[in-house]
Amino acid sequence: MNAVLTVRGLVIIALVVALALVPLYVVLAGNYFPLTLFTRIVILAMAATSLNFILGYGGMVSFGHAAYLGIGGYAVGIVAFEGVYSGYLQWPLALAASALSALVIGALCLRTRGVYFIMVTLAFAQMVYYIAVGLDRYGADDGMTIYRRSEFGGIVDLSNKIVFYYVCLALLLGSIYLTWRLVNSRFGMVVCGARSNDRRMRAIGFPTTRYRLTAFVIAGSMCGLAGALLANHTEFMSPAVMHWTRSGDLIVMVVLGGMGSLFGPLIGAVTLLVLEEVLSDVTEYWQIIVGPLFLLVVLFARGGIDGLLAGANRD
Amino acid sequence: MDFWPERTVTEPLLHIDRLTKRFGGVVASDEISLSVPHGELHAIIGPNGAGKTTLIGQLVGEITPNSGAIRFNGRNITATPTYRRSALGLARSFQITSLFLDFSVLDNVALAVQAHAGHSFRFWRPARAEKALRDPARAALARVGLAERADVVVSRLSHGEHRQLEIAMALATRPRMLLLDEPMAGMGPEESARMVETLRELKRELTILLIEHDMEAVFALADRITVLVYGSVIASGSPQEIRANAEVRRAYLGEDSAPVIGHG
Ligand SMILES: Nc1ncnc2c1ncn2[C@@H]1O[C@H](COP(=O)(O)OP(=O)(O)OP(=O)(O)O)[C@@H](O)[C@H]1O
Ligand SMILES: [Mg+2]
Repeated sequence: MNAVLTVRGLVIIALVVALALVPLYVVLAGNYFPLTLFTRIVILAMAATSLNFILGYGGMVSFGHAAYLGIGGYAVGIVAFEGVYSGYLQWPLALAASALSALVIGALCLRTRGVYFIMVTLAFAQMVYYIAVGLDRYGADDGMTIYRRSEFGGIVDLSNKIVFYYVCLALLLGSIYLTWRLVNSRFGMVVCGARSNDRRMRAIGFPTTRYRLTAFVIAGSMCGLAGALLANHTEFMSPAVMHWTRSGDLIVMVVLGGMGSLFGPLIGAVTLLVLEEVLSDVTEYWQIIVGPLFLLVVLFARGGIDGLLAGANRD
Repeated sequence: MDFWPERTVTEPLLHIDRLTKRFGGVVASDEISLSVPHGELHAIIGPNGAGKTTLIGQLVGEITPNSGAIRFNGRNITATPTYRRSALGLARSFQITSLFLDFSVLDNVALAVQAHAGHSFRFWRPARAEKALRDPARAALARVGLAERADVVVSRLSHGEHRQLEIAMALATRPRMLLLDEPMAGMGPEESARMVETLRELKRELTILLIEHDMEAVFALADRITVLVYGSVIASGSPQEIRANAEVRRAYLGEDSAPVIGHG
């Protein structure tokens, strides 16, 4: 049995190759719109990948994950607003700010379990949202325009849209690789074990909370970096990025694609956002189609689309 | 005491002092005092709802007692968190199987080994490739007779195999003392017989607190027996003493039945 040549393996390879070829298509067709769409997809897939690490592997249903997207984005936006464009400063700051927020929020939320955890993460995300609304200097409700993209001293030019797309794609694939290393390491075994049976983990000697918190911080920073990319992509930051429905979208991507699957969030992000794009051309009520589709996947394919693909090979 | 030659202190390994736990009106532990010296296999018997599982819950720190104290290996652990008690050498098995159902058998035991192999803030190397975790895990599986099932996903095991894995996981933490909550619950006679043999082996090197309804097993294995009824210790002594105790026979073994009864 060749591990790669399964239906699932082929689909994933095809997907990644297709993503890598998007700029080629764009140049040949002379139509830049798909590049904008797929840059957004890749960035949100990275955010979903970070959520999947705690939700799919760690069993922590964070309903406030878009907050880190906003915190990372605002870090870039605020620094740019104050006239500093160096990516060497902006990006580490985005990482640090989202990591620190995740540390504080996680430390408080991880005292609760189940539905309470969902509600408390949502509440904290709403708090961050309203803090952003209150930032009068940085556009408050209306948000702020970012006039220049992060600068890396001539090494990479992010204002080149194709270069920027490949940077995003590389960081997405890097996040998936990192997740793969993490979940198979000793640390990852503890995080997954705590999802599977936290009580047993304690009984055999693990102080699980500190490992879960670490996972929460890693996921928050990974999402913060995605936020820094998003700010560069849209050249704009507003509280809307952190609206609770955005957190819901990330959950939908993870569940649709496959919780606890490495490429699931990417598959979910592509599916959801492409459907949204195609269907919203057809009808204003595209959610009426996507909603039931999501329900079908949740009810009949517990492993999401990735689970269906894996199942297709089992017969 | 010949298997603990290095120990000079005479304090018992486990010492429980007037432990009391109330759930609303129910007194699940009523001033329980109990000592288990090094190397002893101490059985606790008692009817359903007597408070046996609640006692283990307090010993491992999942349940906080209302009053009383627990000393283990010379220190007061009454307020010590569960994971640290495990590090001190206290390991339990669960009456209702509590495993990582979506992991392989070997993964389950390897996690128990990992818990006692330093901290787990190691983020890069694949844990499943670490011989230092896998080899001791396989050894623990071999001791309970599960070696052949190492790569099976736990949810596919039989009930009896789940019970064996419960023991293997407790063993893999390299404990000083095992707290076994009805290890034979739901087992057929053959499986029970095999479990008795496993426990007889373990008894040679570990101190064991055994809760069990299977009287045949209890009387075959125990050095001492404590009888718990409605949260209170009504008798404690050698198997012979318990068998002869009139109050025990009335309260638990059933006045007319033979002292050695079958499954409870
Ligand atoms: N979490 C709890 N909340 C309320 N009451 C409880 C709780 N846990 C146990 N009890 C009560 O405490 C008493 C002792 O229960 P426990 O499970 O310790 O008994 P047991 O001796 O292990 O019984 P069995 O032989 O059926 O396993 C019972 O009356 C039970 O209903
Ligand atoms: Mg019980």
